[in-house]
Amino acid sequence: MFKKTLLSAVVALGLGGNAFAAGDAGHIEDIAFSFEGVFGKYDQHQVQRGLQVYTEVCSACHGLNLVAYRNLSDEGGVTLPVDQVKAYAAQFETFDPELDDYRPAIPSDYFGSSNDENAPDLSLMAKARAGFHGPYGSGINQLFRGMGGPEYIVAILNGYTGEEKEQAGTILYENTAFPGGWISMAPPLFDEAVEFEPAHDNDVHHLSEDVATFLMWAAEPKLMDRKKAGLVAVIFLTFMAVMLYLTNKKLWAKAKRKD
Amino acid sequence: MGGIPHDHYEPKSGFEKWLHKRLPIVGLAYDTLMIPTPKNLNWMWIWGIVLAFTLVLQIITGIVLAMHYTPNVNMAFQSVEHIMRDVNYGWLLRYLHMNGASLFFIAVYLHIFRGLYYGSYKAPREVTWIIGMLIYLAMMATGFLGYVLPWGQMSFWGATVITGLFGAVPGVGESIQAWLLGGPAVDNATLNRFFSLHYLLPFVIVALVALHIWAFHTTGNSNPSGVEVRRGSKAEAEKDTLPFWPYFVIKDLYALVVVLIVFAAVVGFMPNYLGHPDNYKMADPLVTPAHIVPEWYYLPFYAILRAFTAEVWVVQFASLITGGIVDAKFFGVVAMFGSIFVMALVPWLDTSRVRSGRYRPAFRFFFWLLAFDFMFLMWLGAMPAEEPYASLALLGSAYWFGYFLVILPLLGLFERPQATPETIEADFDSHYPPKSAE
Repeated sequence: MFKKTLLSAVVALGLGGNAFAAGDAGHIEDIAFSFEGVFGKYDQHQVQRGLQVYTEVCSACHGLNLVAYRNLSDEGGVTLPVDQVKAYAAQFETFDPELDDYRPAIPSDYFGSSNDENAPDLSLMAKARAGFHGPYGSGINQLFRGMGGPEYIVAILNGYTGEEKEQAGTILYENTAFPGGWISMAPPLFDEAVEFEPAHDNDVHHLSEDVATFLMWAAEPKLMDRKKAGLVAVIFLTFMAVMLYLTNKKLWAKAKRKD
Repeated sequence: MGGIPHDHYEPKSGFEKWLHKRLPIVGLAYDTLMIPTPKNLNWMWIWGIVLAFTLVLQIITGIVLAMHYTPNVNMAFQSVEHIMRDVNYGWLLRYLHMNGASLFFIAVYLHIFRGLYYGSYKAPREVTWIIGMLIYLAMMATGFLGYVLPWGQMSFWGATVITGLFGAVPGVGESIQAWLLGGPAVDNATLNRFFSLHYLLPFVIVALVALHIWAFHTTGNSNPSGVEVRRGSKAEAEKDTLPFWPYFVIKDLYALVVVLIVFAAVVGFMPNYLGHPDNYKMADPLVTPAHIVPEWYYLPFYAILRAFTAEVWVVQFASLITGGIVDAKFFGVVAMFGSIFVMALVPWLDTSRVRSGRYRPAFRFFFWLLAFDFMFLMWLGAMPAEEPYASLALLGSAYWFGYFLVILPLLGLFERPQATPETIEADFDSHYPPKSAE
């Protein structure tokens, strides 16, 4: 009990902890993302909307230091044209150690670290959290629903109850998905927080699914290549298995008196 | 090689004769490939090939990964992400290597439990068994060292916990721990030496595997009936065996490819299923994860380690008679290594004259209970160290030791085994009756 209380305190202070905390992990709904399953693909429009949500909302505090602007033009993800990536990068300033000064960013630069030191970097967030653990801690339901990282992100963004409290000089916000129930991040999204061009649903739930998709891409940019390779490998190996099965059957037929 | 009479390599051409007199390597390869193999081997005898394949896969992917990896506390985590994002097919290499470790352990556990069920460890194959146990220990060490390299949260805290085990040794523990870590805590020196050793140990495993194969090629394979191949004459031996090539090579390849279908699906569709999300957070010595959980393949032994707390009477007793030198932590460490040690001693603990579990009904019951116990401990190892898991882990640990130290020795004396077949040929014929008998 003491351990749990201590854990909740640590988590609540925003110092760490994760969704693996047994028992007190919040409620997380499974979502049928387009990138899940054997044939899963990133919905390019959704990833692009997610980029916009990240840029206009999340990036105020959170960094993305493993992702470079050039990655935005990579196949199988945001996949913006190169000139748009250049224009996107140029909106931001980056520190250049050679100039010893700030300059407009170019595609080879990285998104950079968090502006707020209490805000974790989001590059791997969609893989660094698991939404599902059960039954009984066996992790078996991850087989059917996936690890649940993106679902965890959506659940956090939709989990605010509106309750607040002050603890040791920090305002904490009640959140049904956060382990321990109180998170130090103020509710970042509200309905119509981001306007899309062309227009698209922009209530909190849609925005959070869009940004979770973008963050999954940021964490796993080669997901589509991987699934394609996996499918080809499974088909090829199945074919090889059939061939070897027949070879083996014929080879052993005489020994087993089945010829 | 081997006591089973069979044809040996005869050099034919002039060059072959020349080489054979100087280095009989072709003869060695021929004898290894053509070894007479019991023809009644079932599908549980395929894991050796899966293991050999996985060892090669891990070494090849590992060598390429090492070209792109940086063993430095400030760069290791980023260098792994560099592999995942920027290296051509780096994501494939990394996921193959990561899940290859799991494939390795699934295969080795099935291989070990096959040996336990069919009594493969019994005379004259004790040395094969002991070498196998050494390979298993080297695999555990290699897997642990490798898990530290990505420098995630579980890497760091796993390394802290596991090296802490050595710190539990009375008197010299702290010195050993500092020597292993290269300093007072897990840091850059630790990461560097772990990388070095993670690259070294697989080659030690290769050497041990060569000895393992040499040993069982000397005694001949065990088989599901537990009856030895007749060795009176070549004609007699040929009734019980078929040459490894092509019969078992093709059979094993078929089985390997079926296993690889599942492996490819895991790598392609859920490569992180067997990992821990916390390892996608960079190591932070200031933040302890809520639960430090080792990789799944260590969990049964981790459960045994944690089962012996200060409240357990055997621990209190051990502490009392040693004047407090053996505390709960050290007892747990001894229990964990002891659980593998008793398994290594099984050739001498099993007193039954019948080799195969197939003809030992009472043994079978206890064996399957052991297999269940293993899975049970695996689950408990992932649970938090609190009730009711602590008591259940103690129960599971007690059965593990009880099976090897009490049940197996006594079972051989009291159990009434069923009749075993006269020969391997008879066993094979009972599955595949000769045409004339129809």
